[in-house]
Amino acid sequence: MASLPPDFQQLKQDQLTPFLHDEIAVPDELQANVLITTVDKIYNWSRRSSMWPLLFGLACCAIEMIATAASRYDLARFGMEVMRPSPRQSDLMIVSGTVTKKMVPAIVRIYNQMAEPRYVLSMGACATGGGPFKEGYNVVSGIDKYIPVDVYVPGCPPTPEALIYGLLKMHEKVDRQSVTSVPWYRKDTSQFVPVPRLGPDVFDPRQVDLIKDTTLKAAAATTAAAANGASAGATEHARGPAQLSDKAIARMEEAKRRWREKKGLPE
Amino acid sequence: MSQATVVAEAPADELDLGPELADAVEGAWAEDTEKTYVIAPDRILDVLRHLRDVQGYDFLSNLTCVDYKGYGGKLRADVDARLEIVYNLYNTRRGGGSIGLHVRVPEDETVPSATSLYAGANLQEREVYDLFGVKFEGHPNLRRILLWDGFNGHPMRKDWQEAYFEEDVKPFRSRHPKGEYAFHEDKIPWAKNTTYPAGWDPDSWQEPVAYVPVSQAPHHENEPHLDTESIVVNLGPHHPSTHGVFRMLTRVEGETILALEPEMGYLHRNHEKIGERNTWLMNMPFTDRLDYLNSMSNNWSYALAVEKLAGIEVPERAEYLRVIMAEFTRIVNHTWSIGFILNDLGALQTPALYAIEEREMILDLFEAVSGARMMCNYMRFGGVVRDLPEGWHEQAAYLANERLPRALDELDTLLTENEILKARGRGVGYLPVEDLIALSVSGPMIRAGGLAYDIRKAEPYGIYDRFDFDVPTLPNSDIYDRYYIRLLEAMESVRILQQALRDIPEGETLGGRGGYTLRAPEGEVYSRIEAPKGELGFYLASDGKVAPWRYHVRSPSYINLNALGPMSIGYKVADAIVILGAIDIVLGEVDR
Ligand code: SF4
Repeated sequence: MASLPPDFQQLKQDQLTPFLHDEIAVPDELQANVLITTVDKIYNWSRRSSMWPLLFGLACCAIEMIATAASRYDLARFGMEVMRPSPRQSDLMIVSGTVTKKMVPAIVRIYNQMAEPRYVLSMGACATGGGPFKEGYNVVSGIDKYIPVDVYVPGCPPTPEALIYGLLKMHEKVDRQSVTSVPWYRKDTSQFVPVPRLGPDVFDPRQVDLIKDTTLKAAAATTAAAANGASAGATEHARGPAQLSDKAIARMEEAKRRWREKKGLPE
Repeated sequence: MSQATVVAEAPADELDLGPELADAVEGAWAEDTEKTYVIAPDRILDVLRHLRDVQGYDFLSNLTCVDYKGYGGKLRADVDARLEIVYNLYNTRRGGGSIGLHVRVPEDETVPSATSLYAGANLQEREVYDLFGVKFEGHPNLRRILLWDGFNGHPMRKDWQEAYFEEDVKPFRSRHPKGEYAFHEDKIPWAKNTTYPAGWDPDSWQEPVAYVPVSQAPHHENEPHLDTESIVVNLGPHHPSTHGVFRMLTRVEGETILALEPEMGYLHRNHEKIGERNTWLMNMPFTDRLDYLNSMSNNWSYALAVEKLAGIEVPERAEYLRVIMAEFTRIVNHTWSIGFILNDLGALQTPALYAIEEREMILDLFEAVSGARMMCNYMRFGGVVRDLPEGWHEQAAYLANERLPRALDELDTLLTENEILKARGRGVGYLPVEDLIALSVSGPMIRAGGLAYDIRKAEPYGIYDRFDFDVPTLPNSDIYDRYYIRLLEAMESVRILQQALRDIPEGETLGGRGGYTLRAPEGEVYSRIEAPKGELGFYLASDGKVAPWRYHVRSPSYINLNALGPMSIGYKVADAIVILGAIDIVLGEVDR
């Protein structure tokens, strides 16, 4: 057998090294046949080297996602070119674009249909927090209001380079997981996310009590106001308290303080 | 190829309805911007019929509504009726400007539906019903279209406020000038962008029954021994062939489509509501995100509308730059759409990758000039925001003179004579051009049906009258022609580019201040361009303040979908996918 050039051997060795177990020594005569590694390393390596995204585009960001998969940026280099239209066959959901209220039940349903382990990458300002359309009446301010997100990629749209960086971060995250502690092998952890429903506005079944509390109270207030002869209609929409909660104020103060610190402004 | 290209012959007529209909006109509106006429609600159908049959205004381009509650301008000082329906009609045989009609409706009254005269009013009337709550009498299928059944209220009304409502007009006092901010989420107990009517009880909520298209077609009458049934098949909103989040409800018998209803709104991002809170200039980056493949032409269309309204002049060099950007965009769009038509036909990815390769070259140019690949935000009122960087012109000239012609020829060689493309495309999705016009379809679709109607010739804007180019047409109005017309148009764009890059003068690129503090005079305007997908129009109404009173986008993708149902009936499910692909929609523009 013609032996491979030495630099190739070296390359192969370099690539293998991270996977080798460093405490258990392999006897010399078996070096060529036996590699000792950990389950975690092999498991994570194989998962992250063929992470198939869901073929699923929402808005403008999807065009950049397509560009990332296409000739110039070539996602195939990362084992990710196989975009599966079926959630059953995919590992990664790239939420690429604005999530609207009309669409969010479908997204949550698709997420529920994905087999674990599953990951979510939120691509762009819209999927992350509503983006330029945050205030819109049909826009969900971030997909993480409904399903857990692993990696956020900022941008509007993120360039293909940014998306690739986000995907590499996702790979890093996968590399750090361990078979012994990942949630999907534990009991009772893998649950469906309740699918939001479309009422007068979209609502999350998990928040029904909270909503009821406010809407019914508002109705009582309107009735009471009408009974008192005061002008009704002031509480037509249940917007909730305009007063900020203490927690929120503390968070804002903290954010402001950090910002001042960064800019070197006085307190 | 284009002897009969429609060109603008005469300026738009004064409205002359003859003696019988003279009393239908209640007055004119906004004399000094666009001439439009106010018609009595009960006479509108008569007027429309007269305009269509006698005067040849066969194309109902724009139909929208304006809510004037709380309007502060002078023009409507003595008018009570709250809502105003706006119609813009064109003559596709003669070219030239539009006839604008208004119908004033008090809040709870109905308007006669124009669908019996212009089938293309279908989707637009449904949109007005959905967003403004105006009922159209005689509309065959008046359901919500962008939002879902059961949604609370009609959001484009001026007194309807979103959950995150802060103020009527930006910049909000909470952010400007001090730069403070607060999370809207913190003000709402459930920390989401939702609001519910008082007294609503989620526990007892019943979702309305899902809509199913009814089919007019009977079962197999001529095969009575076959016990067949038609079934409803739903495609989307998450379906790889729908080019985004779009849904088709079909009723099929075997593989044959008996009825097809488009369902949209899955990307309804409230451009128009947000656009009324934004100042004039703030809307510019939002237009990028309408048809996100073609941000440059969207920019241009909006800038043109505002310039027309406010009477802003554009310097010579900027006019050339606009043409150059718009034509590059057209090539991007057409090669992309060719790639994806082929994708839908089963030529998975290869043609699309060829298209994307050219697109990347053009995007590099856009990035160099505007800083962004896709969302260029490049134009301003009165010009463009930046001049070309060094080396740009040479690279663009290389693309226009060498690379792009070669690439288009290559696509032509590879695809046009392809057996499969012919077998799948010839005769599929046929609809005669008269029907397409009645359905308000515009752009490459009607040119693939043999009508040489291109706004660049029929109502020239910018400096298109200076260039030597043809309007290609093809006779068959099927998928194959819709593919091929795009290739031909891209080749014409290359011709325009070559001339524009040759002739572009030196000079300034932005007249005035670009509209940073613009207050457009009171009035309204409808202005349109030939965007790659068809007629892209902006309808703007101003009350003289810092923000538009009404900001409406007449988007070609949305209105071209009128034809999807009629075109698909009788073909197979697999054909419907390509028929949709050949309309060439972008969901950002469909749902806005
Ligand atoms: S983040 Fe920007 S580019 Fe992405 S979907 Fe939202 S608006 Fe479009």
